[in-house]
Amino acid sequence: MSGILIENLNVWFGEGHERVDAVKRASFEVPEGGSFGLVGESGSGKSTILRALTGMVPSWNGRMEILGKELGAKRDRSFYRKVQMVFQDPYASLHPRHSVDRVLSETLQLHGFGDIDRRVSKLLEDVGLGPEFRFRYPHQVSGGQRQRVAIARALASEPSILLLDEPTSALDVSVQAEILNLLTDLRRERNLTYLMVTHDLAVVSHVCTEIAVMQLGEIVELLNVDDMRNLRASHPYTSHLLRSSLGRRSESTEAESVSTEAG
Amino acid sequence: MSVSDPPNQGLRAWLLTDAPSSRRHARLAAWYQGWLSFRANPMTMIGFAILLFLVFIAAFAPWLAPHDPFAQDLAARLQPPGSENYILGSDGLGRDILSRLMYGSRITLYIVTLVVIIAPVAGLLVGTVAGYAGGWADVVLMRITDIFLAFPRLVLALAFVAALGAGIENAVLAISLTAWPPYARIARAETLTFRNSDFIHAVRLQGAGALRIITRHIWPLCVSSLVVRVTLDMAGIILAAAGLGFLGLGAQPPTPEWGAMISEGRRFILDHWWVATMPGLAIFTVSLAFNLLGDGLRDVLDPKEGSN
Repeated sequence: MSGILIENLNVWFGEGHERVDAVKRASFEVPEGGSFGLVGESGSGKSTILRALTGMVPSWNGRMEILGKELGAKRDRSFYRKVQMVFQDPYASLHPRHSVDRVLSETLQLHGFGDIDRRVSKLLEDVGLGPEFRFRYPHQVSGGQRQRVAIARALASEPSILLLDEPTSALDVSVQAEILNLLTDLRRERNLTYLMVTHDLAVVSHVCTEIAVMQLGEIVELLNVDDMRNLRASHPYTSHLLRSSLGRRSESTEAESVSTEAG
Repeated sequence: MSVSDPPNQGLRAWLLTDAPSSRRHARLAAWYQGWLSFRANPMTMIGFAILLFLVFIAAFAPWLAPHDPFAQDLAARLQPPGSENYILGSDGLGRDILSRLMYGSRITLYIVTLVVIIAPVAGLLVGTVAGYAGGWADVVLMRITDIFLAFPRLVLALAFVAALGAGIENAVLAISLTAWPPYARIARAETLTFRNSDFIHAVRLQGAGALRIITRHIWPLCVSSLVVRVTLDMAGIILAAAGLGFLGLGAQPPTPEWGAMISEGRRFILDHWWVATMPGLAIFTVSLAFNLLGDGLRDVLDPKEGSN
C-alpha cells in the first residue's frame, strides 16, 4: 500500500481570467515509510501540493490518496490523526499567547487522548526538550526550540505521515542540522512517511530517498537520491539546479579547507 | 540564597522562575510577572490607584459621607467650598456636594461595569464571527454594524431609551447598544490578520472546529486591543450617561449621578461655579484614570511586550 498517492493533481487559485494554475498534472507516489522530497524554486507549486493535501486549498481536481483511502473535498478527524504537518516558519506556526503546555495538551485533547499530563512530558522528551520548557511561551524559546515544539505538536496524534514544509529554512545553519537529525531519528523510530518540501538540495539528500523536481507548477523529473548525488539528471532544469547547488557546495568546501589550513 | 534572606525572597524566586513546575505555578508566575510590568509604569499605577480609591469610596459611601446625599437644607444652599460643614460646598437645594459625589461614584461604577459587560463582548462576538466566517456572514454582520455606526450615538441612545423607558439601567443598555459597533470593527480587523496565519492553520489541522478556534485562539489575540479601546472610551460612556440624564432620560433626580449634577449646576455656573465644577472634576479624574490604566494594561496583556 502506498503512503501517499497523487495522480494528475491540478490546483488553481482564482477564477476566470484571474485564474492561476499553481500545480499542473502532478503525479507521484510515496511508499509507506518512505521519504519523498519536492524540490523547486519559490513559486513552483511545491507547498501548494501540501496545502491541497491538508485541505487548506479548496480548488483542486485529480486524485489524492492517503494510505489507500481517497480524499474528498473535506478532511475528517481520522485524516488529521494520520496526517500532520510541520510548517515552515516556527515563529508563525505557534500561537503567541499559548504556552508550550497549552499547545500540546489542547492538541492531545482534540485527538481524544487521556492521560494528557504524561503524554505532554513524553512528547517534549521525544523532541529533545527538557521539562523546563513546558510552561514557556513561544517568545521565551529560540527558533530551533520552537520548531521542536511544532514537531511535538505534529507528533501528538501519533500520525503515520508527516508533511514537512521547508521545516528548516527559517532557522540558522547550526540549528538546521539538529532539526534534520531529529527528523531522521523520529522517522526511523516511528516508521513515519515523510513528504518534504524544500528548495535546499542538501536538506533533501540528508532526509529523503526520492525526489521530484518541480518547475512552474509541473513535476519535470522524478529521481532518487543516488541519481541526484551523481548528477544523473535527464531534464535540463534538474541538471541546472543540481549544478548550481553543487557549485555553491564546492565553494563552501574550499572555504572550509582554507579555514582548516589557517587553523 | 543565604539564610538571612527574608522569607518572602523564596516566594519571589518561586514566582519568577523560568521553569515552572505545574500549570498552577505557571499561571501564578505569569500573573506575578504581569503585575511587575504593570507596576513598572508609574502613570498606570496612578490610574490604578485612583480607581481603587473610587471603588473604596463607593463601597463605604454610607460611612464616609458626612451628610445624607438627599437631605435638603434650603437655609444653607449654594455654600462655597471650604465653608463650615460643606467641604466642597452645597448645591442649589442645600445638599452636600461631597456626599453626593461619594454616592454618585456608585452609579458611575455601576454604569461602567454594565457597559463593559455588554458592549465589548457583543462587539467581539460579532467582529470575530464576521472576520473568521467571511462570505455572506461577514457581509450581513458588517452592514448591520455600519447601520449602527451611521446614527449619531446620543440620538440612537435617545431612541432606545424612549422605547425602553427612562432610568439608569435602560440608559446603560442604550449606550451599550450604540457602543458595540467600533469594537466589532476592531475585532474583525484583528481577526482578518490572524485567520490565515500558520498557527490557525495548525490548529485546524488538529481537527479543531470554528467555535474552538474563535473562542480559544482568536479571542485572546483581540482582547488586549479591545481592553485598551474600552478604557479609552470610558470617559465618553460616562459622559453619554450624563447626557441622557441631562435630557431627563437617564438617572432621575434626586439620584446623585455626576452628569445629572453638572446639568443641575448649569443654572448657577456663572455665580456659583462649584456646583457644576466639582462633579466635572470627578468625571475628569475618573476618565483620566481609565485612560492611564488602559495604556498600562496593554503592556501586561501582551506577554511578548511584557517580557521586554
